[in-house]
Amino acid sequence: MVTPRIIVVGASAGGLSVLEKIISSIDVLPIPLVIVQHISPDSGDSVLRLLKKYSSIPFTEPIDKEGLEENHIYLAPPDYHVMIEHDKSFSLYLGPKENFCRPAIDLLFETAAEVYKDGVLGIILTGANRDGLRGCQKIKLFHGTVIAQNPEEAQVPVMPKAVVSEGLADHVLNIDEICIMINSVLKGVIDG
Amino acid sequence: MTEEEENLINEDLEVELVLEALLKKSDFDYRNYSRSHIKRRLNHRLAIEGYSKYSELIPQIIYNKTLLGKLLSDLSINVTEMFRDPSFFKELKKRVFPYIETYPFVRIWHAGCSSGQEVYSMAILLKEYGLYEKSQLYATDFNNDILEAAKNAIYPVDYIKKYTANYQQAGGENSFSDYYLAGYDSASITPTLKKNILFSFHNLVTDGIFGEMHIIMCRNVLIYFDKELQAKVLKLFAESLVPGGFLCLGSKESIRYSGVENMFDVVSTDEKIFRKRVL
Ligand SMILES: C[S@@+](CC[C@H](N)C(=O)[O-])C[C@H]1O[C@@H](n2cnc3c(N)ncnc32)[C@H](O)[C@@H]1O
Repeated sequence: MVTPRIIVVGASAGGLSVLEKIISSIDVLPIPLVIVQHISPDSGDSVLRLLKKYSSIPFTEPIDKEGLEENHIYLAPPDYHVMIEHDKSFSLYLGPKENFCRPAIDLLFETAAEVYKDGVLGIILTGANRDGLRGCQKIKLFHGTVIAQNPEEAQVPVMPKAVVSEGLADHVLNIDEICIMINSVLKGVIDG
Repeated sequence: MTEEEENLINEDLEVELVLEALLKKSDFDYRNYSRSHIKRRLNHRLAIEGYSKYSELIPQIIYNKTLLGKLLSDLSINVTEMFRDPSFFKELKKRVFPYIETYPFVRIWHAGCSSGQEVYSMAILLKEYGLYEKSQLYATDFNNDILEAAKNAIYPVDYIKKYTANYQQAGGENSFSDYYLAGYDSASITPTLKKNILFSFHNLVTDGIFGEMHIIMCRNVLIYFDKELQAKVLKLFAESLVPGGFLCLGSKESIRYSGVENMFDVVSTDEKIFRKRVL
């Protein structure tokens, strides 16, 4: 695997408890980590407040044009798509829902692939639709890495299953293994 | 360079040429809009038309008026609601109105007013605070169809429930039904709210300052622009405000990343209210 320069994570139904595990397992984060968790438009910052508790790393919803930084976790806000521009800044987007979702995983994954090329580590977790599939295709097109949560373990298998059955997942792992892998990859980044 | 990277560079070139063609054929200049937004909207059109390359749009832009119209409407996003982000309006009342209350008259500019919901929300708030009669509101947009809708102020009755909830959360003091006349499937804003509002065409990319404003509302518009255009438009706003005038942006927008931070003081970080510095 190429040493990643960004981690992007997509989660839908059943995502919060696995996100909690992933986030609490990360101690040092030498690259940016961006999360899209499908949420209802009027949920305010409730998901952010919930997840923040599991990390001491700076953890915010991105603002339009904010630059991506290492040692920072970003969560897509309700009712906005999050994209990454060529200069590695966020672009928030009020365009139509995609795959019935806003924020949608595809927009983050596709733009991350175009900007970070083979330096993307994309992780697709539990969920009930096929959002993220096209994003993972794009990540693979640019030779990045895709990890799918083991559909057998996922609370709702549809989303990771879509990615696995299209042959896009480099690794299919249980959530504990995903945490171990992330941390060994991050250690690799630090050690150069 | 890998093949994919080269493709990406070629795609960007195609998009640039598409935007040039659009400008020459329509007078709408999208060259400094956020590229990722533009690509997303163009992708949508490519998928519908069955094209595989952005450049296939170019002859259509030149020769096919129908498609040009569709493309322009693809690029125009007008989502809005009454009292969108209710907490913002609450803050406006608490942090801004006490200042403008002391002025003999108040001039307010809604830039990118879309179908009018935001300016009517402001009108309601001003009325309840006893400021409406001394206020003049200017509501502008660069989309003539949407301006027409804004003037008519007739909204689907299905939206009223949401608008009413927003109004209450925003700290509305009366009953929201005081402000509209309900029909069978639509509701129209009462004429008394329209009296001091002037709707007009204004393109933020090409048109100049709108002087001596006390408040400028430009919410969820800058988000479509790239950094360069944001900076240019924020300067335009700074020049259009009286010293000590207020600038209100959308909840995910900021003056921070466009190099104009030193022109304003922050009034509310969360609600994105800024105040022009008195030099
Ligand atoms: C998403 S709406 C925002 C409506 C309202 N301010 C709100 O926050 O609910 C964006 C509006 O900006 C307008 N707009 C986009 N580019 C513009 C430009 N260059 N000049 C003027 N208006 C523009 C669009 O036509 C659209 O009506």
